[in-house]
Amino acid sequence: MIRLEQVCKVFADGTEAVKDLSLEIAEGEFCVFLGPSGCGKTTSLKMINRLIPLTSGTIYIQGEDTRTRNVNQLRRDIGYAIQNIGLFPHLTVRQNIATVPRLLGWPKTRQKQRAMELLEVVGMDAATYVDRYPSELSGGQQQRVGVARCLGADPPILLMDEPFGAIDPITRSKLQDEFLKIQEHLKKTIAFVTHDINEAIKMGDTIALMKSGELVQYAPPATLLSEPKTRFVRDFVGADRVLKGLRLLRARDVMIDPELTLPLNMGVSAARQALAASSEQWALALDTEGRFRGWIEAEDLVDAPETLDDALTPAVATAGPSTPINEVLSLMLASTTGSVPVLDDHDRLLGLVSFDTIRDVLAPPTDRGAL
Amino acid sequence: MKKWIIPAILFLTLLGITAWMTSLGSVGVFRMAPAGRVLTATWKHLQLVLAAEILAILVGVPIGFMLTRRSFRAVGPIIMGIVNIGQTVPTLALIGIVTLLLGMGFTAALVGLFIYALLPIVRNTYAGILSVDPAIKEASLGMGMTKSQVTLRVELPLARPVLIAGIRTSTVVNVGTAAVAGMIGAGGLGELIMTGLAVRVTEMILQGAAPAAALAIALDALLGGVEAWMTPRGLRRTSTSTKRQRKTRSVLADGSL
Repeated sequence: MIRLEQVCKVFADGTEAVKDLSLEIAEGEFCVFLGPSGCGKTTSLKMINRLIPLTSGTIYIQGEDTRTRNVNQLRRDIGYAIQNIGLFPHLTVRQNIATVPRLLGWPKTRQKQRAMELLEVVGMDAATYVDRYPSELSGGQQQRVGVARCLGADPPILLMDEPFGAIDPITRSKLQDEFLKIQEHLKKTIAFVTHDINEAIKMGDTIALMKSGELVQYAPPATLLSEPKTRFVRDFVGADRVLKGLRLLRARDVMIDPELTLPLNMGVSAARQALAASSEQWALALDTEGRFRGWIEAEDLVDAPETLDDALTPAVATAGPSTPINEVLSLMLASTTGSVPVLDDHDRLLGLVSFDTIRDVLAPPTDRGAL
Repeated sequence: MKKWIIPAILFLTLLGITAWMTSLGSVGVFRMAPAGRVLTATWKHLQLVLAAEILAILVGVPIGFMLTRRSFRAVGPIIMGIVNIGQTVPTLALIGIVTLLLGMGFTAALVGLFIYALLPIVRNTYAGILSVDPAIKEASLGMGMTKSQVTLRVELPLARPVLIAGIRTSTVVNVGTAAVAGMIGAGGLGELIMTGLAVRVTEMILQGAAPAAALAIALDALLGGVEAWMTPRGLRRTSTSTKRQRKTRSVLADGSL
């Protein structure tokens, strides 16, 4: 747990970089410091591991005032990753990752073992890369090693200053996904700096939005998007904040039970009657195990096919329960179907997401005017 | 491979010239120095250069390093300016001044060469340490290295190639400068050259100058090898993170800073 209490930073030249910042990052929480350049987010981060001394206020880590601890001991207990990666060019990947373990005096074999382990964690083949030098790696690989290095001695807290800043968007997005997956297991307490609103929304459990040294809003991403506190927040998150909010929702959050499902082994006439009775034009066809097989359209039953199978329209778009809604929406638009079935890993039908359900979730009728 | 050929040919040619001149025995009424004396003179020359060099490393590296520390940051560039101007004082003038203060002999020559060797070493240590990427230093501190660990494990290894380039430059230059020291009775190959100049016998001048040049080429090649060997493997290949260093290094190796 990290707690900042009325933290201020005034630099020697008189710039007030951080003004009266108070916030708490709970155990295992991913907190993103977000804001335009010069807003004090990096300064705040560096005050946590005392790379920049506080002017006033107090920072507590696990309830302990950081100033009461030996500064080097304190830093060795905190993982640190920076934008320019800062890998040591004269050391191998193994030596880089084992930087903090070496400072802590781990035995050589354990250092090496840890480096191999962490390379696998960040998705690199340990045997291939462990003895390479940073200059022999691609930018994305260097970032991965940077992440592995900050996990070196398994610190409970990570400070990350735009760790995915210096790479191309595709690799960045991949690294973000992988890092989130790693974080799911590790449950580190993370302070993460970025100026990229999309990255903040994607990565953060909470977002601390800062402007000229002040904390403007500290809230989970969904709240930041749906209830921006000030005009600055509204402008910063952008006019498309509703669309951005979509990626925070998962298919499982908005799916509804389908109006009508038909077992595939049902007779054609019975199916026709069921469709007529429900006043729906479409039904979802399931096999005996409850697996989704496709759509049955009322029109296709008019010609009296022999079995329902013959009238089946295979599904173009399906989603999983954790598919973000922005992707579901994109599937809908691309496949021109009004709804997308949500299936589990074994193709069993869980629910349905339609255009209307998304709209209703995003903008409850009372709120609609405000958007 | 190719870059070895020209120095090797030059070196062998110079050795050949030395042997040839020595084998002449005498030119007119003047007797050439015997082979033994050429060897002792070369040895003395080398001693002079190496002694000055070792002293200069012992003094210059710490000075160059100190100038990069925060408390000296302000004066660093000023001192470097003075150091660079110092380098422009002609060898002869410097030796002259030193002789005025210390009299003739080995000690005076040593002091003169030491001052001359000091400058490139201070300059390259300073530039080499400053060329270390600040992000790397910050990462080191942020991970909990003490200041001395940052210096020993990060700054010095990364600055090492530039530092050794400085030692190489100053050594090679000093082989030439040491010849002038022969003038003030410090011994070495300069003595042979001075004798030759005094009696105007080209062969005698060559007998001292050729081995001096050969010595310079040999030391340059040797230190070039040391430089390559001491360059951390990770710095030898093209990479974005060390471009800045590479640039500094090539500029300093050219001596054009």
